[in-house]
Amino acid sequence: MLLIDCPHCGPRDENEFRYGGQAGIAYPERPAELTDDEWAGYVFRRDNPKGWFHERWFHAHGCRVWLTVERHTVTHEIRKPR
Amino acid sequence: MTRLPSGGLVDRSVTLSFRFDGHALQGHPGDTLASALLACGVRVVGRSVELGRPRGVFSAGAEEPNALVRVGADPMVAATTVELRDGLEAWSLRGKGRVDLDAADDRRCDKGYLHCDVLVVGGGPAGLAAALAAGLTGARVILVDDQPRLGGDLLNSRVRLDGARGLDWAALVAARLATLPEVRVMTRTTAIGYHDHNYLVAVERRPGGERLWHFRARGVVLATGAHERSLAFPGNDRPGVMLASAARAYANRYGVRPGRRAVVFACADSGYEAARDLAAAGVEVAEIVDPRAPGGEVVTGTTADAGGLLDGVRIGSRRVEADLLAVAGGWNPAVHLFSQSQGTLRFDEGLQTFVPDVSAQAERSAGACRGLYGTAEAIEDGFAAGAQAAEQAGFGPVHLPRVPDGDERALRAPAALWMTGPGATQAGGGEPVRAEPVGTEPGLSEPAFVDLHRDVTVADLARATGAGMRSPEHVKRYTTAGTGADQGKTSGAVVTGVMSALLGVGPGQVGGTTYRPPYTPVSFATLAGRDRGPLSDPVRTTALHASHLARGAVFEDVGQWKRPWYFPRDGEGLNEAVRRECHAARTGVAAMDASTLGKIDIRGGDAGGFLDRIYTNLYSTLPVGACRYGVMCGADGMVFDDGTTSRLGDDHYLMTTTTGNAAAVLDWLEEWHQTEWPALDVSFTSVTDHWATVAVVGPRAREVLSVIAPDAAGLAFMRHTAAEVLGVEGRVFRISFSGELAYEVNVPSWYGRSLWEAVLGLGAVPYGTETMHVLRAEKGFAIVGQETDGTVTPQDLGLSWLVSKRKPDYMGRRSHARPDTSRDGRKRLVGLLADDPAEQVEEGAQLVAGPGDRVMLGHVTSGYTSAALGRTFGLAMVRDVTTGDRLTAVSGQAAVPVTVVEPVFYDPENTRRDGDPSVARRGGDASPSPAGPSAEACRAESPAAGFAERFAAAGDDRVRVREAPFIPMWEVRGADPGTGLRLGPAWWLVTGEPEGRPGWVDVSAQRTVLELDGPGALDVLITGCPVDLHPSVFTAPVQTLLGQAPVILEPTASGYRVYVRASFTAYLAEWLLDAIAGNLVILG
Repeated sequence: MLLIDCPHCGPRDENEFRYGGQAGIAYPERPAELTDDEWAGYVFRRDNPKGWFHERWFHAHGCRVWLTVERHTVTHEIRKPR
Repeated sequence: MTRLPSGGLVDRSVTLSFRFDGHALQGHPGDTLASALLACGVRVVGRSVELGRPRGVFSAGAEEPNALVRVGADPMVAATTVELRDGLEAWSLRGKGRVDLDAADDRRCDKGYLHCDVLVVGGGPAGLAAALAAGLTGARVILVDDQPRLGGDLLNSRVRLDGARGLDWAALVAARLATLPEVRVMTRTTAIGYHDHNYLVAVERRPGGERLWHFRARGVVLATGAHERSLAFPGNDRPGVMLASAARAYANRYGVRPGRRAVVFACADSGYEAARDLAAAGVEVAEIVDPRAPGGEVVTGTTADAGGLLDGVRIGSRRVEADLLAVAGGWNPAVHLFSQSQGTLRFDEGLQTFVPDVSAQAERSAGACRGLYGTAEAIEDGFAAGAQAAEQAGFGPVHLPRVPDGDERALRAPAALWMTGPGATQAGGGEPVRAEPVGTEPGLSEPAFVDLHRDVTVADLARATGAGMRSPEHVKRYTTAGTGADQGKTSGAVVTGVMSALLGVGPGQVGGTTYRPPYTPVSFATLAGRDRGPLSDPVRTTALHASHLARGAVFEDVGQWKRPWYFPRDGEGLNEAVRRECHAARTGVAAMDASTLGKIDIRGGDAGGFLDRIYTNLYSTLPVGACRYGVMCGADGMVFDDGTTSRLGDDHYLMTTTTGNAAAVLDWLEEWHQTEWPALDVSFTSVTDHWATVAVVGPRAREVLSVIAPDAAGLAFMRHTAAEVLGVEGRVFRISFSGELAYEVNVPSWYGRSLWEAVLGLGAVPYGTETMHVLRAEKGFAIVGQETDGTVTPQDLGLSWLVSKRKPDYMGRRSHARPDTSRDGRKRLVGLLADDPAEQVEEGAQLVAGPGDRVMLGHVTSGYTSAALGRTFGLAMVRDVTTGDRLTAVSGQAAVPVTVVEPVFYDPENTRRDGDPSVARRGGDASPSPAGPSAEACRAESPAAGFAERFAAAGDDRVRVREAPFIPMWEVRGADPGTGLRLGPAWWLVTGEPEGRPGWVDVSAQRTVLELDGPGALDVLITGCPVDLHPSVFTAPVQTLLGQAPVILEPTASGYRVYVRASFTAYLAEWLLDAIAGNLVILG
């Protein structure tokens, strides 16, 4: 059970949150202008690193705010994103 | 009887009677089942699992591999961990237990959540010292220990500290700890798991049932001690072969003489301590065998009497008569929790064991669990560890107490010895043992066991290494060594040592197997706690639920909701009831509880624009007062949810979602608003539980509306209005999911039952979800999750008309232009008619071109019998077909010939949505309205009204629970209203204000308040609330979980207010009643 530090509620157990996958994937400004492959990259392809990973969590059972944390995918260590 | 006349920690003035395998026996308070059995002379406590060999008590703790017994409903527990109690009944096992499904189990297990600055695991010298050092700083400290009393190994030993009994020192520390208000000492509590982020789980054994504790600690001190180990030699499993430390514990702690004549195999100095204590207890110590002594000998085997009991010990060529062989093979630090925390181990050549190396979490091992075996040095280490953990949490420093002087001699290194006997080689492939086996013919040699519980021998390990295995993980799986009840506590080091000998490498290179939770076996009942039976998963109910129960509704689970599936009358089955309910909806008037549909109040100047981006169709152009059906897609273009959204005002919409997707859709809206379009002025508030919704359906629906909401009876199709409903402010929507004239009537859920009863009182026939499904399928309306499965676009469903061509973008638009989604030949929604109108096409059946064809063209998504059509029909997702094509629906052995048809089976011209056209031609449906209920008939009922009596009966002086009903509540977004509970950034819940301000969303009936008061209220809440409720921390309201229900928890002067959603109220009320009753049982 990870302990995730919500900027509004303080540290809370993981099961109050919903996982939101890789952070920093912005919705393309003009999707129509993207090639099929570029669009597929936005929709389907994500990094899967062994090590530090910026990822989104949603405090669904708390303040309902989306937040970004940096988690180590091997040790589960969490640090504030840089 | 082998009970000593005096000494030990048992209370000889009280006799406890118990039964073992049916024999009446006696023991005393302070005994374990194992010590009482030994005291009664029971030397065989079970048979081994594979070979059926007699086995006796081997250890005095959680590592026991032999003395496994059934106690009551517990199929297999170690007798060394069972506290003796009067009336206890236990049975021996052959190695493994069997669950007795008929065994009465009246335990009340639950959970508990605590937070602390420093968690200390282990109440021995190091742990006591750590807890004291940390506690003196004022830090919040929790000390857990698995024994009934503190002291750890001091309970078993005769060590003296400052010239007094070691236990006296422990008692002094315990007394000191008791004076520290922020220190909590928990005995009979075994830490079983060390998880991420200093999350530890422990089991507290209570007479009424276990409690599974969840601890979150800023720092952890592990003071888990060490387990003594044996080694592999022939016949090392005889009853009478025992760990030296266990023999010492039985003599010192339990006042039991574990044998008459002993040989001590002292590969480590603890053997001498045991020998001394055994002698003091009147055991004749025949010989101490120390391989480290000059010309040192080793034990090479045992002999047994006819019953298999130890009667002699072989030392090379000699045989020494003995009924007790106390083996001191060396110590293994209990690194289980450390390893679970992902800390790494290293092999210490001096100690001949694995010790903690690098920590992975905010944790520190202290004392014997890191190889500091001496009492005084463990205390010193504990003081340092406790002070360090407190300091890292921001406490201290304080002046540490003095380390007492001990009387122990410095320990010498143990022998690097893992096996003896015929063919034994030594670790690292060194010199063979000095003593040649004599008197044992090789073929007749007794097996030398490495894992007593799984009957794994040295020969088994040799087979594994001989087959090429080098990793202990492989050897474990091949031989099962380490997979028994003790999970390798007694066997792991021996396996590593023997493997190192067999492979000719050092034990450190061989390594060990992964340590995984739980440290000791845990029953599923303990893990489940209160989450079993009706409380295993929250059951959500609507405000109408009691009415449905009273009418004998058969329910179906939709997500967590209980929805009426159908309402059988007079012994009807599903088919008859659904036929009758459908007939009523198509020809008269029927009503359904639609309260479970998700309802989201959407406000803000950009609300319309936001919806344009989320839905495939347009909402910014929707006139105020109108409703529009829409589907929303994921970025992948696949249908995610559907529903009707209505415009209540210029900047105000109400969205409905499917029952199962309500939470996901709200999350989805929040996600896009927060992460992509934060500049848009829009906010979302769930009002699902605030409104009770009754769908009134059928050509005579207007007659019902003209009584209950006359102002809304004339609404046009896809229009809505705020209206008085039975004198209450409600909302009426002219929405139809059946093709018939239909209204969805909404009132605050307090009035839901009154509305429902009034509608039924006007002749509406209640119907459930099955009838709803048939009615919609007759009209070809898809259901998200039934026709769709995450691979279906709106176009596949024939909803291209819903997909805007005008909007520059909407969620999914680009994906709809991808080659795969825009190609021909995708599966699309069609209707199916079986050749035989009585034959049902089964949902899930595969569709192929003809009998015997193996190319799947699609699958059946819906199959029903229609009262209106007088036959069966179905819906399907199929590729490459057109109307009139012949297919075969294959399911199991059935192959049903079907014809593809258009998916709208009933009233394709939509002539019925304003009522029966034949009646309209005759002059409308202006039949005289029956006398309707008066406005007084609309009675408010709070969500927990049905619990009032049980709440009153459950409370006592320590804790009371009551509902505070009908509190006006408003959710407020944006600017701080200056009052209310802050729920999140720019988000408040204002309570008690009778009048809302502009922009406030009325959520008065969305939640109810349960007040929990009294000094015991906190003890109830910590059994289900994972947040830190310590009064110094919990000062403002929080949103969190209680049990499995989302709640708002507010501290008050006298206790707590729990704000719970109306649909979760029954679940949470039952949960609280169980928690209060459980605490009463526990507290006696």
